[in-house]
Amino acid sequence: MTWEEMLPLLWPATVETAEMVGWSTLFTLLVGLPLGVALVVSDRGGLRPAPAVRAVLGFVVNVGRSLPFIVLMIAITPVTRLVVGTTIGTAAFVVPLTVGAVPFFARLVETALREVGADVVQAAQAMGASRATIVRKVLLPEALPGLVAGLTVTVVALIGYSAMAGTLGGGGLGDLAVRYGYQRFETLLMIVTVVLLVVIVQVLQSLGDRLARRLSHK
Amino acid sequence: MIQASGLRKHYGDTVALDGVDLHVREGEIHGVLGQSGAGKSTLLRCVNLLERPTAGTVTVAGQDLTALGERELNRARRNIGMIHQHFALLSSRTVAGNVAFPLEVMGVPRAERERRVAELLDLVGLEGRGADRPDRLSGGQKQRVGIARALAGNPAVLLSDEATSALDPATTESILALLKRLNAELGLTILLITHEMNVIKNVCDSVSIMARGRIEESGAIADLISTPGSRLTREIFPLPEPAPAGSVTLTFTGDPRRAVVSELIRKFDVDLSILGGSIEDLAGGAAGRLRVVLDGGEATAALAYLREAGVIIEEAA
Repeated sequence: MTWEEMLPLLWPATVETAEMVGWSTLFTLLVGLPLGVALVVSDRGGLRPAPAVRAVLGFVVNVGRSLPFIVLMIAITPVTRLVVGTTIGTAAFVVPLTVGAVPFFARLVETALREVGADVVQAAQAMGASRATIVRKVLLPEALPGLVAGLTVTVVALIGYSAMAGTLGGGGLGDLAVRYGYQRFETLLMIVTVVLLVVIVQVLQSLGDRLARRLSHK
Repeated sequence: MIQASGLRKHYGDTVALDGVDLHVREGEIHGVLGQSGAGKSTLLRCVNLLERPTAGTVTVAGQDLTALGERELNRARRNIGMIHQHFALLSSRTVAGNVAFPLEVMGVPRAERERRVAELLDLVGLEGRGADRPDRLSGGQKQRVGIARALAGNPAVLLSDEATSALDPATTESILALLKRLNAELGLTILLITHEMNVIKNVCDSVSIMARGRIEESGAIADLISTPGSRLTREIFPLPEPAPAGSVTLTFTGDPRRAVVSELIRKFDVDLSILGGSIEDLAGGAAGRLRVVLDGGEATAALAYLREAGVIIEEAA
């Protein structure tokens, strides 16, 4: 296979991967961030301890985390059909990718928020700040470097998940590698795909690291 | 200004506060002295209800805080500033942003906030440092930011939780001087907890000594020093205990330059040997303590003369 033949395959596949990862990152952020906050706030010694809520949330997150992604992806097919109307194509796989990444990201959010010093939170309480203000103006801004680092790890994990999604009809670079590289023995295309994935992950990770470092004033 | 009555705080089987009554008058600096684990930190955190006492009431500026709901409590807390041992500044904000934080909580408009922040930074000697990040400041400067932040809402009361314990001696001095100045200029009532006698000696008008969850002794420093056998006197002027047989321990308050001892020797023809003693400059005036052995002459009349002169006399058996 020549470069002229590979490029028309590589470009759309890269775009599909970017679409799957981009949308699912957005939804993961929208669901995972509040979930992580809820885990911390409802915990014993949190801003609003609620053992029952905390137990339920913890259980749901752990179930999500204990399923291998490929199993989860197949298991929630009915949900995907309900939400998107189809179970194949790039858009359809945003659903399992989000469901798979939310518990993972929520735990990372939880860890990042726990790093915020108890004395800072208490200082805000002593000033008469409400719980909502403390979450918005103390916990989240103080944990921002950790949240950025957590989101970076999540994006990288999503790229890995999206390759699995590709094999089940989601398209993208994973799908390309399997169909051409594996099934048609196009070794060069396989290598190019692998290199491309490595480069994408490296670039994203170092951007995330740099941003996290810039935000940190510890 | 601050009145705590019958405060108890239990953590499971541990009793942190075992029935504490505390009274701090308006405009005074009151120190709570105690070893770590004595319960003084719990006491301080009960005053603004960061810890809810198991029993008892806390009244600040005439308002019973223990009776308030969450919203009213948050409002009342804005009238109580607090500074912390490790400063508790937000690392995500600049110095100005930290000082502005309580103003944001209070809903002060931006223009007014900026004016007030500049004023506060001026007050604590940090003019022009507003744009710096806290991690660029020294410990003393960080505590100044903490103080500016605590004063943002013009509180009537300032709570200080070991505010100088993480600072070196020279910086401690400067922070204490600042607290004293704010007390004098703003009429700010200050309740501080510390394990350092130095802090008590330098700035406090009155003191409570805490041990094992109880207040053992409380009152104006001058009064406590004038009380025979007070713990404060023993801790400010440490002398070997127990006093050797036949010795007399004299505690002087008021003008330390009055030559009582030489008067004594001249008037009563006694021999006087000094076993130990010291003089301290306290916030409320100077005081000294001297342990002596009196021999010969009219020793009994000499003691009566001292008592007359206002010296507190403790005779060892």
